[in-house]
Amino acid sequence: MADTAIPPRTAAHRPGTTATRRPGRPPASSRPRRRSRATAGTGRLAALLVSPTLLVLTIVVIYPTLMALDESLYGVKGLDPKTGFISATEPFVGLKNYTDIFTQAGDRFWNAFWNTTFFTVVTVSLETMIGVAMALIMHRAFRGRGLVRASILVPWAIPTAISGLLWKWIFNADGIANVLLGHQVLWTADGFSAKVAVVIADVWKTAPFVGLLVLAGLQVIPKEVYEAARLDGASAFQQFRRITLPLVKPALLVAVLFRCLDALRMFDLPYILIGAQKGSVETLSMLAQNEASNVRFGPASAYAVLLFLYVFLIALAFVRLLGADLTGDAGGTGKSGRRRSRVARRRVREVTA
Amino acid sequence: MKSSTARAIQCSAALAAAGLLLTACGSSGGGSGSGGSAQTASTAAFKGRGPITYAAGKDTTGTVQTVIDRWNKAHPKEKVTFIQLPTDADSQRQQMIQNAETKSDAYTVLATDVVWTSEFAAHQWIEPLPASQFPLGKMLKPVVETGQYRGKLYAVPASSNGGLLFYRTDLLKKAGITQPPTTWAQMTADCAKVKKLPEAKSMSCYAGQFQKYEGLTVNFAEAVNSAGGRIVDANGKPDVDTPQAKKGLDFLVKSFKDGTIPKEAITYQEEDGRQAFQSGKLVFLDNWPYVYSLAQKSAIKGKFAVAPLPGLDGPGASSLGGSNLALSSFAKNKATALDFMKFFTSEESSTYFLKNASLASPYADLYDNASLDKQFPYLPDLKQSITKAVPRPRVVQYGDVTAAIQNEVYPALTGKKSSAQALKDLQSDLRKLTAQ
Repeated sequence: MADTAIPPRTAAHRPGTTATRRPGRPPASSRPRRRSRATAGTGRLAALLVSPTLLVLTIVVIYPTLMALDESLYGVKGLDPKTGFISATEPFVGLKNYTDIFTQAGDRFWNAFWNTTFFTVVTVSLETMIGVAMALIMHRAFRGRGLVRASILVPWAIPTAISGLLWKWIFNADGIANVLLGHQVLWTADGFSAKVAVVIADVWKTAPFVGLLVLAGLQVIPKEVYEAARLDGASAFQQFRRITLPLVKPALLVAVLFRCLDALRMFDLPYILIGAQKGSVETLSMLAQNEASNVRFGPASAYAVLLFLYVFLIALAFVRLLGADLTGDAGGTGKSGRRRSRVARRRVREVTA
Repeated sequence: MKSSTARAIQCSAALAAAGLLLTACGSSGGGSGSGGSAQTASTAAFKGRGPITYAAGKDTTGTVQTVIDRWNKAHPKEKVTFIQLPTDADSQRQQMIQNAETKSDAYTVLATDVVWTSEFAAHQWIEPLPASQFPLGKMLKPVVETGQYRGKLYAVPASSNGGLLFYRTDLLKKAGITQPPTTWAQMTADCAKVKKLPEAKSMSCYAGQFQKYEGLTVNFAEAVNSAGGRIVDANGKPDVDTPQAKKGLDFLVKSFKDGTIPKEAITYQEEDGRQAFQSGKLVFLDNWPYVYSLAQKSAIKGKFAVAPLPGLDGPGASSLGGSNLALSSFAKNKATALDFMKFFTSEESSTYFLKNASLASPYADLYDNASLDKQFPYLPDLKQSITKAVPRPRVVQYGDVTAAIQNEVYPALTGKKSSAQALKDLQSDLRKLTAQ
């Protein structure tokens, strides 16, 4: 870093300074000193340049997270039976909110936890498959490709709340879904069909996102690779498995990771499409929101912190195990992680070359 | 939250200081409250004149701004700004709570739902009001009670609402029925007669709002109250595990089972029910009065009428709807706010809202006004509905109480739980929630 990061200006000044200001000194001895001084300066400059980012990160990420952690240690304000007023202070309860989640509020928490996990696994796998298919279609050269690309992207452009309303009409008792099925399924009632409705609506909305990222990955695969494969007599499926999939993997992994993180904190779609208080679709975010809206900020924070940890672990697992190269410079410290991400990077370089 | 305890200490110190100060000067205030020092203090504290704000849900009729304009014209130095909150009640409540939690003075006068009073008052987010300064005697009694917490007035009724039974006059007449039913048994018997008509073959009998949301609480409360039961007693203690309450819930459960209520009604909110009724799928519908003017513009125009809700042995009891005006504890210019609340809830404003936005008035005598009755033929029935109405449980933790009701009643309606078990579980859930 020291070699490359010296600003060009320092180098440009070098001959002038050595010649005029310090004539008595041999240039050889001054060079290392000057370089180290320059490095210190660059370090300071770098710190200065990065500090706004760090400041913003502290304000918008670290501080709120610590606040939530702290808030989760406080209990619910009590009602004074004599005056009929709620006390002004929240009692400090330590880890009670967490122990409560795993004991007395356990059923609801685990239900929400499994719902969240179910939605994540099911929607992300479906979205990945459909998204890749969409990308392959969009990648083909054919008439009206622009139109197809644009129309595939429409669902992604619609805000989730609006698409929630849209699907609510479709899944109405007299809605299009039931007319097409020729059978009345009460989608928005509390039951397994509600889960299916959420999965369908979510896949419809976000498969295009996966498609978009995968398409970007596809477009950087050089044509020659396919030509060579064809000459070697590889079938279309073999080409897909041996060339397309491995080369598009970095882009695909990023897409899948983003989708996973999004699906884990799913809130608005089940909330609007099916409704609050519905056990069959209640997610961890909905649970936290429900607690907060009933003015129990401590337990709500505890739920949010647990969700945060869950999301964080999934992201970590992705980066470590699958080598999804998110930071761009193999930020991982684990040996395998570094190797994998290096491999991934090499692939990207091959692809972009 | 490093400052949580610090904040708390500050708050209590400030409160204590304020309490001391205000009790010192409380005697001159002419407040009607005589409880703890905080109350005496608050009623005396309507000080300050100047611009204020009015926070309420989105005004779809355009009438609110007109009334505010009228006020602003007469009080150029004490202008009211209308802050429009989202349409749905949950978001409105959330924004008001956020505003209160941060002790912000952004909202002065709040338009609160009738079921929020206890929660807002218990948290001291809203001020106790001088009851003697409002014409509460001219208002319908159940409506006034929605604004009270522990015997003190915290919110003034601005509009009311009660459930009505909408029914198809054309079909009932054809089946030889002249009077709308007053009991559930009559209603199902009438329905059986109507269904013998060829044009009513595919129709269902009755629906309300049975989706798992606030509407279910409203409809469950109506069923229980109409069968002579109650959810909480006069002291706010749950009393739902009773034979009367069971009869009420059983009516709904049985109706779902035998098809009196169509299966799909488990997903109905207000609008779904209205559309089903308008498209000729239902003979009877329990809904709010707003349906009247919309149904008049639909295919069943002139073919329907309203009646009070039926009950077990006679006319039933509706749940009360409507909204009140409350004064934020953290607002400035409270003297102006009090005057504006008097103006906004006056009989004159109420008449204007009734005529132009068909908002049900809290004032009793508007319902006996012949010219208004001509314009809104449902008014006499609505008056009866409101005077006989029972408010939903007036409890501090209303959000949890309504959730508990929905969580127990919904499985009973879908047949996953027996009504007896549901009520038993509900009783124990509610006991925990009101125990504090």
